[in-house]
Amino acid sequence: MYRQACRRLLLRPSARAAAAARPFSTDLPSAPSQDTTFVEAWKKVAPNIEPPKTPLSYLKPRPQTPTSIPSKLTVNFVLPYQAELDSKEVDMVIVPATTGQMGVLPGHVSTIAELKPGILSVHDGNDVTKYFVSSGFAFVHANSVTDIVAVEAVPIDRIDPNLVQKGLAEFTQKLSSATSDLERAEAQIGVDVHSALNAAITG
Amino acid sequence: MASAVGSSAAVPFWRAAGMTYITYSNICASLVRSCLKEPCKAEAASREKVHFAISKWANGKPEKPIVVKLYVMA
Repeated sequence: MYRQACRRLLLRPSARAAAAARPFSTDLPSAPSQDTTFVEAWKKVAPNIEPPKTPLSYLKPRPQTPTSIPSKLTVNFVLPYQAELDSKEVDMVIVPATTGQMGVLPGHVSTIAELKPGILSVHDGNDVTKYFVSSGFAFVHANSVTDIVAVEAVPIDRIDPNLVQKGLAEFTQKLSSATSDLERAEAQIGVDVHSALNAAITG
Repeated sequence: MASAVGSSAAVPFWRAAGMTYITYSNICASLVRSCLKEPCKAEAASREKVHFAISKWANGKPEKPIVVKLYVMA
């Protein structure tokens, strides 16, 4: 819905000059899979030898932004030590952005969202998989591919409620007794993370 | 970091206190790891060690040689 509104705004005459100068990211053709200027320059210098392959030719080219909204969302959910979801086709993901829980459906406007500690839920038909994410970013692209990166993410059933309560009490106490800015910030982070963990196991 | 507040943009509390995003997100991650149930906690312990370098910049150049911080959570 938002994508169409943006497109209409851009087509107003006053914006047309700006639009013509730089293509809107939703209207890009597919990315090139070969660097044509390099290949041509090579052929001029060494016409009989095959040009060497550049990293660009090994990459899967970015597909053209589909003209109609796709029916499924492609999610890549990665952690530093493993890829939780790799190009999985789902119906919806709800990400815990700093601005609140954000639901991403196919055709969502391109967004970069910073995540706060909270629950990420992946909905595929009637299956819902929930993870607790420590913090990270979510990138929604125009072609309905969503990349979610986090430092640490665990399924909710791996969280120990007793440790959460203990940590919450400990950090609330540290917050009230903190002296320097840095100590206060660290205690505040502790309180935020433990309250989010608490809400995740009880909610 | 303190100079960022001079630009009147709303900064998160941790940046106002002088922390970088990497420090913040690593603290969050290690707090989450410390609240895991037993077998997962032992596996997660190997991910606790983090090593990164921070260097402050002035006038388009790094101020002094990179300050290496070995940030190992207890």
